[in-house]
Amino acid sequence: MDFQTRSMRLNNIRRTAANYFISGLSILATIVVILPLIAILFYLVYKGASSLNFAFFTHIPAPVGEQGGGMANSIVGSGIILTLASLMGIPIGIAAGVYLAEFGRGKPLATAVRFTADVLNGVPSIVMGISVYSLIVVRQNHFSALAGGVALAIMMVPTITRTTEEMLATVPHAIREAALGLGVPKWRTAISVSLRTASPGIITGCMLAFARVAGETAPLLFTAFGNQFWSLKLTEPIAALPLQIYVYAISPYDEWHRLAWAGALVLIVLIMVSVTLVRIFANRGVLKGGS
Amino acid sequence: MGVGILVEDLNAWYGTNHTLQDINLHIPANHATALIGPSGCGKSTFVRCLNRMHETNPIARATGVVRMGEVDIYKDASPVEIRRRVGMVFQRPNPFPTMSIYDNVVSGLKLNGFRNRRILDETVERSLKQAALWEEVKDDLKKKSGASLSGGQQQRMCIARALAVDPEVLLMDEPASALDPVSTSKIEDLIFQLKSQYTIVIVTHNMQQAARVAENTGFFLNGKMVEFDSTHKIFTNPKDKRTEDYITGRFG
Repeated sequence: MDFQTRSMRLNNIRRTAANYFISGLSILATIVVILPLIAILFYLVYKGASSLNFAFFTHIPAPVGEQGGGMANSIVGSGIILTLASLMGIPIGIAAGVYLAEFGRGKPLATAVRFTADVLNGVPSIVMGISVYSLIVVRQNHFSALAGGVALAIMMVPTITRTTEEMLATVPHAIREAALGLGVPKWRTAISVSLRTASPGIITGCMLAFARVAGETAPLLFTAFGNQFWSLKLTEPIAALPLQIYVYAISPYDEWHRLAWAGALVLIVLIMVSVTLVRIFANRGVLKGGS
Repeated sequence: MGVGILVEDLNAWYGTNHTLQDINLHIPANHATALIGPSGCGKSTFVRCLNRMHETNPIARATGVVRMGEVDIYKDASPVEIRRRVGMVFQRPNPFPTMSIYDNVVSGLKLNGFRNRRILDETVERSLKQAALWEEVKDDLKKKSGASLSGGQQQRMCIARALAVDPEVLLMDEPASALDPVSTSKIEDLIFQLKSQYTIVIVTHNMQQAARVAENTGFFLNGKMVEFDSTHKIFTNPKDKRTEDYITGRFG
């Protein structure tokens, strides 16, 4: 009896210790992952916030040697390119994902599409830029916002396709059967039932893809090209935040370095704000007790 | 009103597995018919052949004749048309989680493009009353997700959803096996009331349930229908030794 209780107590201590040890490891790992993110954000605020002023958001870059100037054209330009990329990339990506998950099961075409998406995901972004350069820029004989949008759209597609497929795979088969059993055609079931049930995860996937390409510089070098002046035309070269940051960061001027830091801060904040807005918007109209 | 179902030489396969062999059966209109038998005997496959859900599985196929009233469902109609005339209730409640109670009930209409608000409102009330759920949910119809209800309520909502498209036949694949006894007895009461208007086919593992709700019972074993007769006869005086062994609990 005495022996038993002692061994039980020992067991208890060992179990508690193991629990603390593993919990500690998990917390440590979380900190290791989050710390660099917070450090980057703080460093950006520290370096960039002082150069932020009203002019930064309303003026175009000042000529070399002049003080001041801003990145208004780059902010708007990035907005235009990203809107174009999202308008092209998100529908195509989701449509391909729906095909893979709902219609392509076990078909050779689906295997090919899946393989292509995975390869496309691994293609370096500079290669994407050069491809779009030779496909669009060379044919049109000039750089353009449209070409930039296409380059980023192509980069968004594989991520969105694979996330959509994976999210649709988590939708229980019983829900599809419920719709089919009511005499709902298969295409309608795929769109109104499967896709709708999986939509929170798919929206997250789209946001990840968006955030990823929002900071891309390489694919824009050969396509959108950048622009020191105002341009809202889709067929003209257009400014973009990552390009402007790149140009300023490699320049020899201290003033431009400061502006590059400010641009980086603005870029990150804009990405965070747009992702948050989409999340809030997507969560509206979710019913009580739904999933 | 319900229609009778005539099944002739129905065979079904999953891949190379011959799960239904030469089933011949007449299911009378406006009655409840129970199908009993051990797990894997083919009774679920059989009801899935009655609304062509069987063929949603790419490796599954079926041959034979299933006549619903005048319609040969494998020859004269598309699967989508058949499934609108034949409602189905599954073993586990499967509400659409993104839809409100209201939208769940009329999903069969809405997803097929029907939009008349007044008729939708009427259909929701009628179907939920038929499924004995109206009083419990009438205040939360559009506020709550269908998935927020309890398991028993969800299953009655699924029955309301099946009834909302005004089917002639109602197939129930072990509709109460995932529910507690109170919910089960509610579902059984429902079946009792609904069978005057619909032809009901119910698969069940619970022999008392078959005895309580069904006029006729069929016993399935290893993909074959061993015996089909009035429920009373099956449970008191079965013709086949295997049926007797099963209902007396000697196997299965």
